[in-house]
Amino acid sequence: MVEKFDAIVVGAGPSGNAATYTLAKAGMNVLQLERGEYPGAKNVQGGIMYAAELEKIIPDFRDDCPTERHIIEQRIWLLGDDSYIGTNYRSDAFNTDAPNRYTIIRANIDKWFSERIRKAGALQICETTVTELLRDASGKVYGVKTDRVGGEIHADVVVMADGVNALLAKRAGLHQELAPQNVALAVKEILFIDPDLIQQRFGLKDEEGVVIEIMGKVTKGMVGTAFLYTNKESLTIGIGCLVSDFKQAGVAPYKLLEDLKNHPVIKPLIEGAEMKEYAAHMIPEGGYNAVPQLTGDGWLAVGDAAHFNNAAHREGSNLAMASGRMAAETIIELKRAGRPMTAANLAAYRRKLDDSFVMKDLKKYRDLPDIMHANKQFFGAYPDLLNGAAHNLFTVDSVDKLTKEKEIMRSFVKKRSFFGLMGDAIKLARAFR
Amino acid sequence: MSHIMTIKVEDKLYQNRYIVDESRPHIRIKEEAACRSCATQPCTWCCPAACYTRDEAGGVSLATDGCLECGTCRVVCQDKGNILWDYPRGGYGISYKFG
Repeated sequence: MVEKFDAIVVGAGPSGNAATYTLAKAGMNVLQLERGEYPGAKNVQGGIMYAAELEKIIPDFRDDCPTERHIIEQRIWLLGDDSYIGTNYRSDAFNTDAPNRYTIIRANIDKWFSERIRKAGALQICETTVTELLRDASGKVYGVKTDRVGGEIHADVVVMADGVNALLAKRAGLHQELAPQNVALAVKEILFIDPDLIQQRFGLKDEEGVVIEIMGKVTKGMVGTAFLYTNKESLTIGIGCLVSDFKQAGVAPYKLLEDLKNHPVIKPLIEGAEMKEYAAHMIPEGGYNAVPQLTGDGWLAVGDAAHFNNAAHREGSNLAMASGRMAAETIIELKRAGRPMTAANLAAYRRKLDDSFVMKDLKKYRDLPDIMHANKQFFGAYPDLLNGAAHNLFTVDSVDKLTKEKEIMRSFVKKRSFFGLMGDAIKLARAFR
Repeated sequence: MSHIMTIKVEDKLYQNRYIVDESRPHIRIKEEAACRSCATQPCTWCCPAACYTRDEAGGVSLATDGCLECGTCRVVCQDKGNILWDYPRGGYGISYKFG
């Protein structure tokens, strides 16, 4: 006798967890399957967690959620060869009882979330890889096949939260393959260090945290970014570029990471820290135009599997949690109304997404991926020019300021030409409008 | 140079926890000849765990023990379609302590 559930959720990342928890809380008979040894074993995040979406799902999460530091300062750095120019925003107003952003260690959060899920009444089974969707002659999904003996399980609906590779939908022909220019590969390390040193080096007290987002020479002209985040007793440092650029550039990702760690402005911040783990993961970067089909008869796609990532603002886990919650709410509404999980009925999920920040933000930046991909000067030439300009301006050497201004202008025109500069300004404005 | 980089990535991978599924690799090269005729062999530098190396015969050899399961090789070889990529069996493969 094959077991049957109201819903099966494939994957225990932020989207799968949000969906499972929401379904279980509503009294649905839900099964969550995870291929890792434990929840989080396969998951990688920078990571910054945004409170708002988690709070919608678990309002009292701050009581026991194992976050690292709440973020009081955001830095954005454009790196030159031996310098950076950038912006900082720091505010004591971020020291509140209910902070908005936290640094996290992903595996800790996933274990915590899974405990909450089990308490809410869902059945969670780890060490189980879902190998394919079960579909009837009409194509309707009625369950999944796993790699366990007798591993068929049935459900009214399957929520695919299986991450960026999303093999289930691809193998079933529901989603297309990922184009190399629509995904980035990021590599990162966690570096353990005395918390006193973190506080000294970043000017922090207690559980205050700083995050640094980085662009510039370190990506070797490829479309990509890097980051350095402060945890309680560790730092995470990472770098990611489009897979299409890696493929073309002939550069190994771990070489980029080594160069970043050895950059003259980064090295003193991480000195003396001990590396405890090296991770790699792909990130969906194609934006709105790369969002695949989201629903069909008996299935929905959420999180990275649905390409929900706002590359412009480095947001992913909040889109994942929001989409998981909305998928669950759609299922709950249909179930309570006694309506079947058909493509037409599940389309309510898409409408919820369209009305939310998830699709609104993705739509706002829909042209950004193409513009960045076709204009690599934003990642190579401009950070370099700005660093050069700052160096010129802040070197006091008896050259008059008007001459300095002209030198700076000439360096920009030489590199990009006058019309090139004007064009770039228009492109940037269009990408972010 | 490539030798030095290989040592470095091995130092990184050494910190990780793996549960190796002995003699059941989850990734396979479909046809060795196709790798030999691949002009660029991007898998040999794009893989963040350096699982793919160019061999003396001009082909590509694959060792999946250090695999981080990111899927990048699958994407870079899409045009050639010469990589058969599955997730490891449940419970096997990389097991991130921190992620």
